[in-house]
Amino acid sequence: MTRTAPQRLVYNEPTWLDTAAAWLLALLWVLPLVYAFWTAFHPAEYSTRFDLTAPLTVDNFRRAWAAAPFARYFLNTTVLVVMILAVQLVLGTLAAFAFARYSFPGRNVAFALVLVQLMIMPDILVVENYKTMARLGLVDTLLAIGLPYFASAFAIFLLRQTFMGIPKELDEAARVEGASAMQVLWRVYVPLARPVYTAFALVSVSFHWNNFLWPLIVTNSQNARPLTVGLQVFSSVDQGVDWSIITAATVMTSAPLLVAFLLFQRQFVQSFMRAGIK
Amino acid sequence: MRQRAIHAWLMLLPALALLVAFTHWPAVSTLVDSFFSTPKGQRPGVWVGLENYQVMAADPVFWKAVRNNLIFASATIPASIGLALVMALWVNERIAGRAFLRMAYFTPTVLPMIAVANIWLFFYTPQYGLLEQITGALGLPSHNWLGSPSTALGAVTVVAIWKEAGFFMIFYLAALQTLNPSLREAAAIEGASRWYFFRRVQWPLLMPTTLFVLVNAFINAFRMVDHLFVLTRGGPDNASILLLYHLYEVGFSFWDTAYASAITVVLVAVLAGIALFQFFVLDKRVHYK
Repeated sequence: MTRTAPQRLVYNEPTWLDTAAAWLLALLWVLPLVYAFWTAFHPAEYSTRFDLTAPLTVDNFRRAWAAAPFARYFLNTTVLVVMILAVQLVLGTLAAFAFARYSFPGRNVAFALVLVQLMIMPDILVVENYKTMARLGLVDTLLAIGLPYFASAFAIFLLRQTFMGIPKELDEAARVEGASAMQVLWRVYVPLARPVYTAFALVSVSFHWNNFLWPLIVTNSQNARPLTVGLQVFSSVDQGVDWSIITAATVMTSAPLLVAFLLFQRQFVQSFMRAGIK
Repeated sequence: MRQRAIHAWLMLLPALALLVAFTHWPAVSTLVDSFFSTPKGQRPGVWVGLENYQVMAADPVFWKAVRNNLIFASATIPASIGLALVMALWVNERIAGRAFLRMAYFTPTVLPMIAVANIWLFFYTPQYGLLEQITGALGLPSHNWLGSPSTALGAVTVVAIWKEAGFFMIFYLAALQTLNPSLREAAAIEGASRWYFFRRVQWPLLMPTTLFVLVNAFINAFRMVDHLFVLTRGGPDNASILLLYHLYEVGFSFWDTAYASAITVVLVAVLAGIALFQFFVLDKRVHYK
């Protein structure tokens, strides 16, 4: 018995070959990032020369920051991401509660209509949505970027699943105490669903921080341009081939998400997992 | 009872109204607009029947985009799913440096595509890009990866696989962690080989995850175009153009919104097809969870 136990533990353990291959792949995977950091933090003459004694500098960042209104872009993206998340959570919570705890005529049809957005997302319907924004006079505003994403089928679906898993007894007990539906929702359902809110928030923030095509279409000045569009305009227009500056801007744009990811790695991974499992 | 129904509808209303305004209505009106000409100034579009679709059928760039998109999909889907599975199998075991490996695989997922595309652009740059330096050191001839029609599509495909694999890995990892450990013990007692255990136990149990990931990979293959804006702009000579990028060019560079509506209809049809396939075929077959 004592001899078989350790054997059982090593069963299926990775061999040295697995370990070597896994590391090789991981190094390949981070190589572009390491390369970007190297270029961003070294003077231009070292951008393609790898010399460990090369001096470090933040000059590239300073020049990138001065060359384009990145402060404005950061502000726009932050406001945009917070606005979208807040509206998504409020509307998603209300709709999910209705679907999870009320039976009413038309419920299944309404739910099917919600699920349509999981497949045909706003990213594809840019031509018609642009016309709508033009009609509403909203072109080149942050509101126009956010509007198509305010009602999130994904948020509704995720929260509905969670709410349905909450024991009805808790709900009924609160109602016996005289709590209204909104109080029950706020005091019972929302606190119990907190991990799901965190999960959705991380997914939503990283999606909208990174979103590009729709913001590109619906904005045309720095007043509403988010970071991704600002970066693209910056790197495609007048920088010639000054890679150091472009790379510095690139690192700058990705940094908030990257830092957040490295700090809260476990939550990120678990959130993406939770969001994917229905 | 009636009061509860009214309550429920009131709670649904804001979300549903926005969904109708920005998903259902545009999906329907794009179909309608695809039968009209593009409005010019104050003149509204006139009914032209199938003319936009005839233009589409005669547009070589459209067919190039369709062809490229099919190649792009058939390369990114299996490659990213296969890599994701291998990554998850590794990271699920007690492998040396597991935390680092998981982080390395997943990091591309959280970064903006537009930003990482800039990095890859530098990576692919002729003469002094990193790739050129490596191939140069190995004595291989210089090659303009993004600039030549034969390799541009391949180059943007690699970026897409790199971006996606870590994302799909997460779902496999989650599924692997829910598998019953006694399965592994049973396999060990039976003396099953590692490959046999994967093929007969892990792979079948991972099937629902594979199908979920497959649907997502399919959708992404028709949605992921951000990197084209930085890397190739669909070029050279449309060698790397994808459907959604063509839609963008037609709609917002040439402002031919009627023809762009017709292309949107094609994209919506593709996505709706995937949805129906998932709903009627996959969900019926995968009954265990």
